[in-house]
Amino acid sequence: MGLLDKKYHDSNIIIVSLESALNWARKSSLWYEQFGLACCAIEMMATAASHYDFDRFGIIPRSSPRQADVMIVAGTVTMKMASRIERLYEQMSEPRYVISMGSCSNSGGPYWEHGYHVLKGVDKVIPVDVYVPGCPPRPEALLEGFLTLQKKIENESIIESKPSDKITEEADRHETT
Amino acid sequence: MKQPEEIAAYLKDKIVKGVLEFVPAEIGQPWITLAPDSIKNIAKFLRDDSELRFNTLMCLSGVHYPAEQELGVTYHLHSTTFGHTVALKVRVPIDNPRVQSVESVWKTADWHEREAWDMLGIIFDGHPNMTRILCPDDWEGHPLRKDYVQQETYQGITTRF
Repeated sequence: MGLLDKKYHDSNIIIVSLESALNWARKSSLWYEQFGLACCAIEMMATAASHYDFDRFGIIPRSSPRQADVMIVAGTVTMKMASRIERLYEQMSEPRYVISMGSCSNSGGPYWEHGYHVLKGVDKVIPVDVYVPGCPPRPEALLEGFLTLQKKIENESIIESKPSDKITEEADRHETT
Repeated sequence: MKQPEEIAAYLKDKIVKGVLEFVPAEIGQPWITLAPDSIKNIAKFLRDDSELRFNTLMCLSGVHYPAEQELGVTYHLHSTTFGHTVALKVRVPIDNPRVQSVESVWKTADWHEREAWDMLGIIFDGHPNMTRILCPDDWEGHPLRKDYVQQETYQGITTRF
């Protein structure tokens, strides 16, 4: 605070770095894209309902990818759906995050060997920030996924992106597709 | 209300062509085997006849018989007027799997026949829109055939783990 300390007598003024203010704003209003693919979506709905109450973290559903910050891939991604998921992801404005919810979108789940029509992990088409295991994951698990994502956002920097972040993921993605 | 064997006898009596045999199953429901090129006429008769009134197609499913090199279609009919039920079966060779469409008789058959085409490759002559229903349009092969081999890539994405 140094020079600026005690210059402002109005108690409503808080001085922080831009970066932490941005990160705080981003992590506290993670609006997610409202769509579900399979039974995981039921757990996602349960997480959003009053008992687990997503909203206390500022997490609310949006019906348009253009208004959403985070995509929850909640369920089995079929080959037919893969290109649609990719398009929805591309329609989201940056910064954008992806939570892969449940075994199916993590790795193909129960269809990993004999499911001819199932994409073996949504990370084959879009970069994933947080994987939530379970079949389907309980609401607590999805909440923990969001808390993990919040931690990741807290450590982001506007100066330069760290090698572990988007740039390499984007590069990986173009290699595989 | 008629029993399946009564329905079969009635059908044989009324229709000369296409009713092949009545099969009393040891377990489960008995069925009537029909010729694939007369199924549509028989279906119309089953629906409209005043003593049968099969107004509902409960299910239409495709079957693959790898030992006989044949494909089959099974029809389950129900009459809400009389409360009786019957199963019909049709068999076609796998190298020319053509069955008459019953879409014009029961609208239920529309999507069911598309599914049988998608999953097993049975062609329904006279269907207004014989396209895939579950798999994407550019999918290769018919997944429910016993000798189906999954394609390695789809639109550049590997299909295996």
